[in-house]
Amino acid sequence: MAQPAIPVSRPLPVTIPVREILPWAIFAAVVGLILVYFVGAEQGATHLISGHTVHEFVHDGRHLLGFPCH
Amino acid sequence: MPTMRALLVRGMLVGLAAALLAYVVAWFAGEPQVAAAISIEETRAAATGEAAEPELVSRIVQETAGLLTALLVYGAALGGFFSIAYAFAHGRLGALGARATALVVASAGFVAVYVTPVLKYPPNPPAVGNSDTIGRRTALHFTMILIALLAAAVAAYAGRALSPRLGGWNATLAGIAVYAVLVGVSYAVLPRINEVPGDFPADTLWWFRVSSFGVQFVLWAAIGLLFGGLTERSLRQGARAGARAHPAATA
Repeated sequence: MAQPAIPVSRPLPVTIPVREILPWAIFAAVVGLILVYFVGAEQGATHLISGHTVHEFVHDGRHLLGFPCH
Repeated sequence: MPTMRALLVRGMLVGLAAALLAYVVAWFAGEPQVAAAISIEETRAAATGEAAEPELVSRIVQETAGLLTALLVYGAALGGFFSIAYAFAHGRLGALGARATALVVASAGFVAVYVTPVLKYPPNPPAVGNSDTIGRRTALHFTMILIALLAAAVAAYAGRALSPRLGGWNATLAGIAVYAVLVGVSYAVLPRINEVPGDFPADTLWWFRVSSFGVQFVLWAAIGLLFGGLTERSLRQGARAGARAHPAATA
């Protein structure tokens, strides 16, 4: 049979090669970890910026997202 | 096949949208508990004659712009991580389509990044926790997240390796069993932390923890459902465009 009778209405996903994902994975991990650090840990356990302003600004979010706050 | 750039951008935008939904839960369910805990903190400070700390950021800013910013930043980061995990899973979970794959990845992420760590180290409202141990508690919290992610990766690898022999269903169960054993061992080995004062109201503590769960649940559910729906739509559009360009191949 030259023509399979399968309609194209539900396309099956084609895999993305791992070597194509890896550089993006590293990029997303670096950016994402910096973002999570500022929400979850800056001016708590450790700090890059002195003072408490970052901690106090994200205070409620840090508590409610489940990170130890103070 | 979707491009990685499109998936990452989609993930981060979906994370921002999910954060807006999570804010609704945080505002209505979480903030009353935070306010109750802060009033306990203030009463206690007044009773011990401690001088009030200078207020760097007002309560109203903490509840609105501060909370929303924290959720948006966290949501964008989660959405980015999610899109990478999705890219690995896409087309590699048997015959699952985009929406089901996204839901599986979001469920696994929610369990590994939030549920597993907080069952060992539950979230606490203000007025709970000794500030001298914040370093140790933060380190243990992130260690638990890392262990759960590694356990999930090992479980996924084991499940895929076993699926030709056991079939998809039993291989998935075997993967879940591997995850449960690894997490169970880490629960037993890592130290327990309980810094809840004896007179802290159990009701406030319970509802604070439930609302934290709700915030994270809505965040992950919205990311999984929105990302899956959008990816499914773009795959269909791609397939239709392909069918128009090469009618002989698909007619």
